[in-house]
Amino acid sequence: MLRAAKAGVSIAAACSVSYWIYDSTAPRLSQKEGEPMTLPDFSIPGLGPKMSIVVGPDRVRTVNRALKAIGGIESFVKRGDRILLKVNAAFATPPMLSATTNPQLLAEVVRLCLKAGASSVVVTDNPINDPTSCFALTGIAEAAASAGARVLMPDERFFRPTTVSGGTLIREWPLLHGPFKGTNKLIGIAPVKDHHRSGASMSMKNWYGLLGGRRNLLHQDIHNTIKELAMMVTPTLVILDGTTTMMTNGPTGGSLGDLKGTNTMIVSTDQVAADAFGATLLGKPLSQLTYISKAASLGLGTADYGSLKPVRESAG
Amino acid sequence: MRIQTVRRISQVFFAVLFFWFCIVSTLGEKWWQLRGWPVNWLLQLDPLIALGTMLTTRVLYAGLVWALVTLVLTILLGRYFCGWVCPFGSLHHLVGFLGRRRKPHPERVAVNQYRRGQSIKYYLLIFILTAAAGSSIAYLVSVSQGWPMIVWIAAIAGLIIIAVFAIMKLIANPRKAVAVLLMVVGVWIGLSLLLPVDRMVVASLQIGLLDPIALLYRSVNLVLLPVVDAGVHGLSATQRYYEGAWLIGTIFLAAVFLNLRIPRFYCRFFCPLGALLGVLGRFALWRIGKAREECSNCELCDADCEGACQPSGRIRISECVLCVNCLSSCRDGLVGYRTLPSASGEVTSPDVSRRGFLIALVWGAAAIPVLRLSGRVGPNWNPVVLRPPGALAEEDFLARCLRCGQCMRICPTNIIQPAGLEGGPEAFWTPILNFRVGTSGCQVNCIACGQICPSAAIRPMSLDEKLGRNEHAATGPIRLGTAFVDRGRCLPWAMDRPCIVCQENCPTSPKAIFTREEFSTVRSGILPVKEATNLTVEFEGSPLQPGRVATGDYYCAIGAGTDEHRRRIVDNTSNTITIAPSWPWEKPPAPRSFVHIQVRLQLPFVDPKLCTGCGICEHECPVRVKRAIRVTPENESRAKERSLILQSAGRNR
Repeated sequence: MLRAAKAGVSIAAACSVSYWIYDSTAPRLSQKEGEPMTLPDFSIPGLGPKMSIVVGPDRVRTVNRALKAIGGIESFVKRGDRILLKVNAAFATPPMLSATTNPQLLAEVVRLCLKAGASSVVVTDNPINDPTSCFALTGIAEAAASAGARVLMPDERFFRPTTVSGGTLIREWPLLHGPFKGTNKLIGIAPVKDHHRSGASMSMKNWYGLLGGRRNLLHQDIHNTIKELAMMVTPTLVILDGTTTMMTNGPTGGSLGDLKGTNTMIVSTDQVAADAFGATLLGKPLSQLTYISKAASLGLGTADYGSLKPVRESAG
Repeated sequence: MRIQTVRRISQVFFAVLFFWFCIVSTLGEKWWQLRGWPVNWLLQLDPLIALGTMLTTRVLYAGLVWALVTLVLTILLGRYFCGWVCPFGSLHHLVGFLGRRRKPHPERVAVNQYRRGQSIKYYLLIFILTAAAGSSIAYLVSVSQGWPMIVWIAAIAGLIIIAVFAIMKLIANPRKAVAVLLMVVGVWIGLSLLLPVDRMVVASLQIGLLDPIALLYRSVNLVLLPVVDAGVHGLSATQRYYEGAWLIGTIFLAAVFLNLRIPRFYCRFFCPLGALLGVLGRFALWRIGKAREECSNCELCDADCEGACQPSGRIRISECVLCVNCLSSCRDGLVGYRTLPSASGEVTSPDVSRRGFLIALVWGAAAIPVLRLSGRVGPNWNPVVLRPPGALAEEDFLARCLRCGQCMRICPTNIIQPAGLEGGPEAFWTPILNFRVGTSGCQVNCIACGQICPSAAIRPMSLDEKLGRNEHAATGPIRLGTAFVDRGRCLPWAMDRPCIVCQENCPTSPKAIFTREEFSTVRSGILPVKEATNLTVEFEGSPLQPGRVATGDYYCAIGAGTDEHRRRIVDNTSNTITIAPSWPWEKPPAPRSFVHIQVRLQLPFVDPKLCTGCGICEHECPVRVKRAIRVTPENESRAKERSLILQSAGRNR
């Protein structure tokens, strides 16, 4: 009798579990990685486009002067702001080779942000070479840490899909989203570099390092990709470092012979204008950098940087 | 404090030290990362590794001299290393202890009985040492060919030693010893007179397959840490992958769980280091033994005996791992660690039969020459066998590699992988490069693998040497191989798609990957003109997808398309194209003529003079499953036989 009861319970359990999890349809092919999200607009409302170009060999002095010329860091960074600095840490090369964001410049920007009252500064990138090696060898990790910023490595858990509204390429694409948590200001810091496929790697191309997944596929349509990156990201500010320009063999460089001292620091709220000026340091006509005119035609900025009446100074 | 407690403290200390070394083998500058921690120390203490590499290379490399400490202490004290130091032994000890904890006394005595199978480890030792000894034997023979007197000097020295030993009564049967000596001398003379032995005998170091320290390093570094760190990401920012980790893990777990059946299973039956220490310890000054033959025969000492050396009867000295359990379990206090032999007698020699000895010897001597017949080290080189930067020429490499996995652990990009059978059975678990896994190719500014390698199978070299800078400028950079573009898979070559990710990521300056521009008329891209102006063309029908040819990579050309007739397209609808306003047509294409829609391609080429085979291109290639650019060991620095391009004189690269 007891055995019959046990058997009955077992059968009932098996049947009810089967009924509960029964699925009459075959599973669909799953490629989903969560709900797509978009990045907010990080620009300062009502400020309008501003740009400054400061000539000089010392990055710390030029960036200070350039920021001061467009109203000082205080007009961009308010007390309690949480800042994300997107650097270019793509390659595991020493800072001397200028393939990556200069650590001294980074440390100075971190310092200025903290001085302006920022409650936290985070530095991030999804490099091409091994991430740990990149952040270590470029001097970025040490510079950031010593200046009081936190470095966030591209942990797999930090990626979430994004879709650029109006875009055709960056759709449900993995975005390095983790470091953006709680952030309300975004500053891009990139060097001026030759880039064989797109012509030049500067402020707009720098956002490529926010993408994950199979991003190398995007090279098949590089100009529209960079345009969509500019659609995806509206930064508070971009700092384009033309102190040393990589004229050849970009974007990796690898030799001092690929570099040229151009002694220019560009700070702008308009990334298109900054890149349009950066092209002149490389000596490339805008017609070779199709992505600039593509971005300009969408109203993401102006390719005619002169129209912003950039403040030109010398710190030297 | 009881002596067992001291032993346990020692075991815990060395086990913790071992795990600590595994953890700190992480690139970085923090105190818990690799910054001068002697992470190879336990490998260096291992006399089997020292002896094996000595046989294959005839030198004792750097830190391996630490093995002398173990050697001397073992000769004086016995197999203390097994019972007190070896972390693998301690793991077995613990699991075996847990396994027999609740078992009744007779069963415990039974599992700790001596078994004949315990001699397997001696045969394994003979096998791997003979396999390693080939080059030393060849050396001896070649020396005697050059200077025949050495044979007679050695023979006379041997006779004198035997005579002295016989007088001191250290040898039981001097006649037999003389016979063995005469046989060795005879074989020596015979070989040197009759055969070019040095060309027949080859050697490689197979010790790492079974050596407990190498095995444990490999298991922890390549299996345990990656599994544990997968959730934490404390040691590595990304998941680590190791080809064939399942086998390493299976062997490790099997070795651990076999202790539940027979305690210290691995130590008793398989461990070649234990065998070597057993042989070395046979003349130990201090040894375990009974003070009086008669005792209560309670067998309490046998019940907890780790080495299964039978302390209650004729103790087998070479099996005793000095666990010292018997010292405290004897209720009459009869068992001690003393200079006198046991009152119940002892068996000092390992239980090795002459026949078994000879079989192991012949197998060992034949193994490597037979394996080499597959030609994997020579003409039949497998294209996937790429070695880490600084690896020695293959035969020298195989003479030193311990398969400990330290290089695979330290590689920041995870490209160093344990080989399966790619290099033949002889190269099993040796490091090979795989540019598809991991986080990049071989990083230009990294020399970690050579710096950590305990046996210099991968040479410790400077960054200058790797990059061919300064005093190494004349030899050029270390090349791992050469990249080849697979034109049937490459997007620009095969599919009219712009790409050149490989060229962009090539880290050399000037880049080893360069491009040639080509304008290729796209499929169905010859379109009839309906109407045209200086900047726009309208086609018949609607042949175009809007925006498709406006990416900046597309051009249009009148007729076959020469440069002066080619214009860049900046915009297109389904039936019109707009060209760049900076360069309008002077004479627009005539109605009903044909316009060619062309894509501008940059076709990648590899310059073998500049390519270092770092594999970054292969890692980044967007053709994912089988890469469209792949590195093979062509032109690698360490092997002249795989050189690729003719080096003309007067060039410094």
